[in-house]
Amino acid sequence: MSLKINLKEIALKKPLILSGHRLCAGCGASIIVRQVLSVLRGPTILVNATGCLEVATTIYPYTSWQLPWIHNAFENAAATASGIEAGIKAMIRKGRYKYDHVDVICFAGDGGTYDIGIQALSGAFERGHDFLYILYDNEAYMNTGIQRSGGTPLGAATTTSPAGTVIPGKTEHKKPIADIAVAHRIPYVATATPAHWADLMRKVRKGIEVNGPAFIHAFSPCPRGWRTPAGKSIEIAKLAVDTCFFPLWECENGVWKLTDRSLAVARNPKLKKPIEEYLKPQGRFRHLFKPENRHVIKELQERVDRIWEDLLKRCENI
Amino acid sequence: MMVKQKVMGLSGDEAVAWAVKQCDVDMVAAYPITPQTIIVERFSEFVANGEVETEFVACESEHSALSACVGAAAVGARTFTATAANGLALMWEIVYIASSLRLPIVMAIVNRALSGPICIHCDHGDSMGCRDASWIQLYCEDAQEVYDTVIQAFRIGEHPKVQLPVMVMLDGFVLSHTLQNVKILPDEVVKEFVGVRKPVEVEIPYLGGKVPLVLDPEKPLTFGPLDLYNYYYEHKMQQHEAMENAREVIETINEEYSKISGRKYGNGLIETYGLEDAEIATIVLGSTAGTVRSVVKQLRKNGIKAGVLRLRTFRPFPAKEIVEALKNVKVIGVLDRSGPFGGYGAPVFLETRAIFYDEDPRPVIVNYVYGLGGRDMHPGLVKQVYDDLQKILETGKIERHIKFIGVRE
Amino acid sequence: MSELKGWREVPIAGVCWKLSTEFKTGDWRTFKPIIDQNKCIKCLICWVYCPDEAIKWDGEKVSVNYDFCKGCGICANECPVKAIEMVLE
Repeated sequence: MSLKINLKEIALKKPLILSGHRLCAGCGASIIVRQVLSVLRGPTILVNATGCLEVATTIYPYTSWQLPWIHNAFENAAATASGIEAGIKAMIRKGRYKYDHVDVICFAGDGGTYDIGIQALSGAFERGHDFLYILYDNEAYMNTGIQRSGGTPLGAATTTSPAGTVIPGKTEHKKPIADIAVAHRIPYVATATPAHWADLMRKVRKGIEVNGPAFIHAFSPCPRGWRTPAGKSIEIAKLAVDTCFFPLWECENGVWKLTDRSLAVARNPKLKKPIEEYLKPQGRFRHLFKPENRHVIKELQERVDRIWEDLLKRCENI
Repeated sequence: MMVKQKVMGLSGDEAVAWAVKQCDVDMVAAYPITPQTIIVERFSEFVANGEVETEFVACESEHSALSACVGAAAVGARTFTATAANGLALMWEIVYIASSLRLPIVMAIVNRALSGPICIHCDHGDSMGCRDASWIQLYCEDAQEVYDTVIQAFRIGEHPKVQLPVMVMLDGFVLSHTLQNVKILPDEVVKEFVGVRKPVEVEIPYLGGKVPLVLDPEKPLTFGPLDLYNYYYEHKMQQHEAMENAREVIETINEEYSKISGRKYGNGLIETYGLEDAEIATIVLGSTAGTVRSVVKQLRKNGIKAGVLRLRTFRPFPAKEIVEALKNVKVIGVLDRSGPFGGYGAPVFLETRAIFYDEDPRPVIVNYVYGLGGRDMHPGLVKQVYDDLQKILETGKIERHIKFIGVRE
Repeated sequence: MSELKGWREVPIAGVCWKLSTEFKTGDWRTFKPIIDQNKCIKCLICWVYCPDEAIKWDGEKVSVNYDFCKGCGICANECPVKAIEMVLE
């Protein structure tokens, strides 16, 4: 069932995340959340892991949420969602719940997903709970001060992987979290960016509608942590896709497809830009442009190319 | 109005499972750990045979198990979990969060020693370790009490003046794995006693008034916000007040339950034996109380004025009741099944001494640490304690305030 | 801000009781977006990209809610017809 997205209609609906939250100017996470919440289909409950989004939208006694929302702890968004789904299932079975169905959506950062949250995520996937997990990936533990996470890319400078004179930023590659989700053989996995909003919205709606666990890896530019101007967040997301650093794909029951701009790039390889164009505007990669660190850019380009080649081989719709 | 009860041979763990079976629980999320495993196994059998309508979530860790309970309880479901020792240690973070969110989750703790070295045997170090987490803590002496207390726990936690999670303790292996005769109430009687969970209401201006304290798409509440220094303290005061309210609720539920079952446990907070004219007495928690009582009976036959106070409710600490019950006792020995490790005495001893500080005259209060890691506290050792207390009574001399019973030098 | 309440007055369980719309983030900005209504084609790209729900569509016109606009400049950067200009406040 394809979703009809008419911005003029959606923009008239009451917002489910209100203004007045304290996320940074230009924050990718808030754009993602606004887009996600504009395509819900019915009663929805949100679970939010500790992080920028959770903290900035619920400074007691204020809340920006016009949906039922719970924050439990850092690493257990998926476990909390499991409990919500199971509790509601039981109450419906006993005829004691007013709704026939409630959609459960998790929002968690790379902090609460790649590293500390991966156990709960994997467990929830294995048990097959019906929920959608949206990872807003700003590629570091931003809320606590830009420390590296499993989602931080190679070479990025963070406070725990600084660009030093001996070690030029993070020395490990970004963990392929969406691939890990696919490996669990859950019904739906996709990548998305807020820049490619129609693609993101379509995928979110699919994730909601699918029966069983769904996972969306959303790219979340962070002006503060990436040292980019606040107004360039969407532009950076577009570059991430154009350079194939963050390809847009979906995997539905094991069938891989490229989507939106990434599909266009696959069909017309001339559109693929070199990784340097993505790295240049970001302060966190500035040190890589020194002659002694250029090898890192080369390594990053090789990695991006290899992953892109793998995708081209396995995607069925090119 | 007493009902006909069936007698079943059940272990402590099985008694927990049977109580949960009858209490119309909506969701059970658990992770196995010896000696709690039988609770989860027995309950899984009930689920697999369609004997309960409970959703069973076999979580991938204790931390996730309690997290799932938090989620389910937040949408209004009645939830239960069980664990021991390191499992409790792993979920420690969520233990505090569950009580701060005022969710009436019931958790059975099968008391076991905390690693390391890894030891699966009985010890109270695990539940004592989170005594300040704002959970109600009830210690059971036998499998019958375990069954009765789990049932009562749902009513206590869900009471509108309480709204706190409840831990029900049973001694690892000593109670969990030994068969006892347990009188089981009929299904309908238990179902009527526990009723259906009814969430309390809170006043929320932006939602136009009073709304149920649950995650409801119609009345969108925000649970678990960020507190700064301007409100955390106030939120903790609310939990403190709820703990204070719990005393009376525990007593009332104990009384109400006795009407349908014929069984009550003292006044719900403490249970006493021989304290009317006792000169020496001990305070004890859990299954050891049975051993102590039999030793006291023997001592009485020999003319020693001994008594024992079994502390059923450790949190909230029944200060008034303990002081009143022991007011004529001259020497009190507090038995602790967890270590001091740098404290001036172990947990129960410290609180007991504190509540008697303002009394005049003050009894002598000494501490006997025992049974760590499942070290058996047999009648001989209990008698040793009472002999010691008697000696203090007769000579007025206290060797040491803290003694370790049953350890080899 | 309003007076702080005591522990007997606030709801239990730490649930929030005020909406964030009472907190005007408009005073964060240095630059403010000005929409040239003549150039605006009402594509609503600015609306879909605004992090703060500070772009309003009333069915006829696009406008900025200056109470909350943090002046990030994404709208101006992404407008396909360059109808938005960031002006020093």
